[in-house]
Amino acid sequence: MGDKVLLAHGSGGKLSHDLIEKNFVPAFGNPVLNKLDDSAVFEISGQLAFTTDSYTVNPIFFPGGDIGKLAVNGTVNDLAMIGAIPLYLSLAFIIEEGFPIAELEKIVNSVNQAANAAGVKIVTGDTKVVNQGSADKLFINTSGVGIVPPGVDISGANAIVGDKVIVSGSLGDHGIAVLSQREGLKFQVPIESDCAPLNKLVAEMLEASANIHCLRDPTRGGLATTLNEFAKQSQVGIMIEEESLPINKAVLAACELLGFDPLYVANEGKLVAVVAPSDADKVLARMRQNQYGTEAAIIGEVVNEHPGKVVMKTCLGSSRIVDMPAGELLPRIC
Amino acid sequence: MKFIDEYRNPELGKRLIDRIHHHSTKPIRLMEFCGGHTVAIFKHGIRQLLPETIDMLSGPGCPVCVTANVDLDKAIALAGLPDVIITTFGDMLRVPGSHSSLQLAKAEGSDIRVVYSVQDALGIARDNPDKSVIFIGVGFETTAPTIAASILQAEQEQIDNYYVLPLHKLCPPIMKALLDLGEVRLNGIICPGHVSAIIGSFPYQFIPDDYGIACVVSGFEPLDILLGVDMLVNQIETGQYKVEIAYLRGVKPEGNKQALKLMDTVFEVCDANWRGVGLVPLSGLKLKERYRRFDAESNFDISPGPSSEAKGCICGSVLRGVSTPVDCKLFRRSCTPEHPVGPCMVSSEGSCATYYHYGDSYGG
Amino acid sequence: MCLAIPALIKSIDGHQAEVDIDGVTRQASLQLTPEAKVGDYVLLHTGYAINVIDPVEAEETLKLLKELSEVY
Repeated sequence: MGDKVLLAHGSGGKLSHDLIEKNFVPAFGNPVLNKLDDSAVFEISGQLAFTTDSYTVNPIFFPGGDIGKLAVNGTVNDLAMIGAIPLYLSLAFIIEEGFPIAELEKIVNSVNQAANAAGVKIVTGDTKVVNQGSADKLFINTSGVGIVPPGVDISGANAIVGDKVIVSGSLGDHGIAVLSQREGLKFQVPIESDCAPLNKLVAEMLEASANIHCLRDPTRGGLATTLNEFAKQSQVGIMIEEESLPINKAVLAACELLGFDPLYVANEGKLVAVVAPSDADKVLARMRQNQYGTEAAIIGEVVNEHPGKVVMKTCLGSSRIVDMPAGELLPRIC
Repeated sequence: MKFIDEYRNPELGKRLIDRIHHHSTKPIRLMEFCGGHTVAIFKHGIRQLLPETIDMLSGPGCPVCVTANVDLDKAIALAGLPDVIITTFGDMLRVPGSHSSLQLAKAEGSDIRVVYSVQDALGIARDNPDKSVIFIGVGFETTAPTIAASILQAEQEQIDNYYVLPLHKLCPPIMKALLDLGEVRLNGIICPGHVSAIIGSFPYQFIPDDYGIACVVSGFEPLDILLGVDMLVNQIETGQYKVEIAYLRGVKPEGNKQALKLMDTVFEVCDANWRGVGLVPLSGLKLKERYRRFDAESNFDISPGPSSEAKGCICGSVLRGVSTPVDCKLFRRSCTPEHPVGPCMVSSEGSCATYYHYGDSYGG
Repeated sequence: MCLAIPALIKSIDGHQAEVDIDGVTRQASLQLTPEAKVGDYVLLHTGYAINVIDPVEAEETLKLLKELSEVY
């Protein structure tokens, strides 16, 4: 095989098979995938959770990860946020002609490592190659299935007045790590993407409490978006305290530099939980014992006032609305 | 962050607020001229903490908001030219012109790149010698010297594919124009902090001298703003109007001489079109003859067509302090950050965007 | 308007400096502040140092804030 992905690699012929057998199967090898049939077949019983996501991150390699790691963890986390145990993933690539095989191999490797870390199997996949210019290097789609254990009912509509709001750790790391690599911004940060699988953290939280009402990972649009979604879905108000938000100094500094509000910056390895007040402390304690929850903190609570809206108490003691973001975050001079 | 965190001390903040409550005995109206101050005030919920005697008004100090449609249309027309790369600050991307926006033009295939610094625009010019790289020069006196520096650098390095569309505006002239319009009665003005880092505090002297209005140059952290308000209240209560600097760590009365020199080398003052106000004499900057070869308008043939303002949009009167965003019939209805009608809603420090995001009833 | 953030100069090479804000580093041009030295804090606006921060004045302002907050 040469050193670049060719259109022929996606066309189903010999080169395609070479790619699958020499790259994908050795990486992901498992009894279901190895059959290489048109569909993956497996037995599964219980309430199924099913999710899909496509990954188009730019740049594809960033401090702390790459598009492959993101594609696995993103879908694993979507399953985890509904309380499901993630089991199987599909993996589809759309690759721009001319993409270096060496980089594809790195990404496949990342997918493999991430899948192992999360305890999920890649059981089916697809590869398409498109003409140069028709895709920005490489896109990935992953779909995932998992089982929702009996009795688990987690939804953005379940928040009740009095519940506590908990975040699992520092905000904004992923967004800033990725941005620092973007053309035109040129700043260096000692920050890595927090891209991580949260399914085990969630499983431990569910062991600690049967009263976890909402879970979500604050990805695009950041914490502000997730909290607004909860407030609207549950028709409750949410009040958070500025002083309690865990944010890295360097992330704060990068946000100041670019004119961003850290509340709107993406995270890929963090979750927001809304928990009954009686269980908040023990859920927090359990979270802090997990490697992905060491900096977990209670940041606010669900209130009666201003239903559908999120309000933040500032360090001066005043309150201000935390709105949904409008569109993409753009660096500003003003 | 050093020189920032110390000025966010909540204890000191609360006590300063108490002090202001104690000292402010008569109803007064203060304007924060600068959009950055508007955002800081709303972000920290300062309006709700001040006594009822103090009415705060937002001014036109948002260089994006005051860019007239006729100028924005020029930028969009330039974007439509072949072999052109438009470089712009992020603030300008979504602002609607008469018919389009830079963001829409980008979606339609124009090469438009957001940069953090004009230096990045120079870099893009170096990397793309076969294209013309045009920088959309917006901003007040804080930013103008950086664009001047970029032009001198382009000259020195013989970068001959770099151009600027100079839309820079000056603060003291618009402040005077606003006061002359006499639409709003003001007792004090919070003067822009970083513009003043460049121009110093002397250019505001006409405000207390000719108009009997208090002036304080203020920084952007909560304690800076509260100090500025306290100093204004003090001037007004004692009837002693002057220009003071509350932001002494960042501003000297004489400003930054080197920056002013760079501006003076490359630019000359000209009349400029301000959205909502119209033509204000000697309030803008254009390239001096010697540097005309860097001027985008002189070097490219564009006919942007007649410009028009959106129906029902009262950005102009919001910018002049005559109306607040809630007075606008479009606010929150047909004009939202996702679908902005006017620039005050798009610009991250426009009054309308600020009211919308931070809540008129909470932070306002 | 005009976001500018205090940044520490770590090193200088001609007109360019490397500046640091709590671990975030960037190149900054000193064309507007040629007098700036390593160890100075500057106000960084769009990749240019627009002024050197006066630490003495910074301290004085803090003192003033403390005094004002004690006396009404």
